Amino acid sequence: MDIVKLTIDDKTLVVEKGTTLLEAAKTIGINIPSLCYMKLEDLNFENKPGGCRVCVVEVEGRRNLAPACKTVCEEGMKVQTHTVRVVNARRTVMELILSDHPAECLTCAKSGECDLQTVAQKLGIREIHYQGEQSHYKGDKSPAIIRDMDKCIMCRRCETVCNEVQTVGVLSAINRGFEAVVAPAFEMDLDHSTCTYCGQCVAVCPTGALTERDYTWKVIEALVDPTKTVVVQTAPAVRAALGESFGMEPGTLVTGKMVTALRKLGFDYVFDTDFAADLTIMEEGAEILDRLSKHLSGDKEVKLPILTSCCPGWVSFLEHNFADMKDVPSTAKSPQQMFGAIAKSYLAKKLGVKREDMVVVSVMPCLAKKYECTREEFSVNGDPDVNMSISTRELAQLIRNANIDFKQLTDEEFDNPMGESTGASVIFGTTGGVIEAAVRTAYELYTKKELKKVDFEELRGMDGIRQATG
Amino acid sequence: MASVKIPDTKVQELKAICQKFRNDGSELINVLHGAQELFGYLPPEVQEIVADELNVSLAHVYGVVTFYSFFSMLPKGKHPISICMGTACYVRGAEKVLDEFKKLLKVKVGETTPDGKYSLSCLRCVGACGLAPVVTIGERVYGRVAAGDVKKILGEY
Ligand code: SF4
Ligand code: SF4
Ligand code: SF4
Ligand code: FES
Repeated sequence: MDIVKLTIDDKTLVVEKGTTLLEAAKTIGINIPSLCYMKLEDLNFENKPGGCRVCVVEVEGRRNLAPACKTVCEEGMKVQTHTVRVVNARRTVMELILSDHPAECLTCAKSGECDLQTVAQKLGIREIHYQGEQSHYKGDKSPAIIRDMDKCIMCRRCETVCNEVQTVGVLSAINRGFEAVVAPAFEMDLDHSTCTYCGQCVAVCPTGALTERDYTWKVIEALVDPTKTVVVQTAPAVRAALGESFGMEPGTLVTGKMVTALRKLGFDYVFDTDFAADLTIMEEGAEILDRLSKHLSGDKEVKLPILTSCCPGWVSFLEHNFADMKDVPSTAKSPQQMFGAIAKSYLAKKLGVKREDMVVVSVMPCLAKKYECTREEFSVNGDPDVNMSISTRELAQLIRNANIDFKQLTDEEFDNPMGESTGASVIFGTTGGVIEAAVRTAYELYTKKELKKVDFEELRGMDGIRQATG
Repeated sequence: MASVKIPDTKVQELKAICQKFRNDGSELINVLHGAQELFGYLPPEVQEIVADELNVSLAHVYGVVTFYSFFSMLPKGKHPISICMGTACYVRGAEKVLDEFKKLLKVKVGETTPDGKYSLSCLRCVGACGLAPVVTIGERVYGRVAAGDVKKILGEY
């Protein structure tokens, strides 16, 4: 490993060759503010356009200040991260960015989690000395994502994620100068583009320019309507993520408290989407089997391999990019929609409730589910099977709104029978889990025998193509 | 997405331009230059074909088209008007002349009048600084144009 030695703020340190000043400083406890820079650790992926210049530092012997996020450590470098010159430059940069930014923190969905706000606080900006015209851009409200480009700071993180990580390629910087903005081709709205609503751009946006569409108010309206029976389903991931919103360790399982909170909020029935995941798996298993036996008996038309249809983001990616392969994925509904369809038929009938008087809400970890609810094929006479999908964050908001002290809640159980599920849906959420569960079902259907060795572990995980034989 | 309205032969010519640059995404600007020469402008359909051929995203193509003022998404008018914004013309009042054109034609830079008669664009130095400010309409060059002359000039067409 090649190393270089340098000093940052008079402290000598040794780092691996190729390390940026920003990263190097971090290792000795110096957090240089940054905005456009983004590092996705898991994917080992970086966005460093070096555009915002909030991260500038002084490098001895260089005339100009250097962006720490883009400058690579060199042997013998002497770097200062908070000289008067640096601080003044940083403040100027920040004030210039803010001079073209609406001051709407009080009502902004991103407030409290906004990088721009955090950096402004960190630098103690109390006054903006520059005033001029502010850029305005048409709004874009899709079923899942809201684009408010007046709040965009052109860091282009969204563009990088959409193009290079997700490979969907919906977003690009367009126009120039003051008019520049990140937008889909021809400035069409997201719901006319090939956007899959994967939500990754929203996840990386440092400001309130990209936010999820908020349905909390619609949920409250349903909850207070005495004529409605309101049923909620929660996806497996939510119980592990919700606690974090209330100051608990990330990953803490809060299943019981979550169920209690949902009942307190006024939901009439609280179910686990896991149940529907089982159904999806059984459907997919039966379908593999059906296609396989057709194929084995010489049917040339049948489409193999089979691909999962559980994820609406993936389904729309396929529809947009590989329209000729639409018959490859399974025809099974996603667990969310499977649940909705059953709730509004079987459950409604069992409870003696009219379909229109039942409201099904889902709590899901992903934005594409919001869009999936609006797809026409998942409704009967204009009444959607799942009325709306909210995120873990929106659920946390609802709980806070109702003055519930989440940490003090006791544990309650999901409602039955839809609260029950087999192990099949528990492995659903792991990569490769769906195919494994589906293969297990197929095996059992085909051999009419119960499967002894139940872990097709060859089919789980991340190592590219996976294969299992029996 | 918009349906392809351009004739087949032109599509083939466009694809040939892409091939000339080995369908290489990094040659996008050169391909777009060629495409604009072929069509006079770059309508969405053309951008879609280019995106497909070079295997780059449509958003990226649109991004490049809107970044460079040389590229236009609108067909040129019958009489394309260009106002030189080079330094010499600029300091001698080209902006006022431009404003007058914008006012009289009710279009912005890069646009074409609804009747298709005029289109308005700016260009950098045409090398006739002695005549600044310079306006060209089609092949004709007008020198030492003042805002007050604009109405008369337009009257010639
Ligand atoms: S994007 Fe950030 S800085 Fe801008 S209004 Fe929202 S919270 Fe405030
Ligand atoms: S939601 Fe996904 S596909 Fe859509 S614009 Fe954002 S990153 Fe791209
Ligand atoms: S929308 Fe957000 S992520 Fe995209 S460029 Fe603007 S501020 Fe950055
Ligand atoms: S964070 Fe370094 S330039 Fe933006």
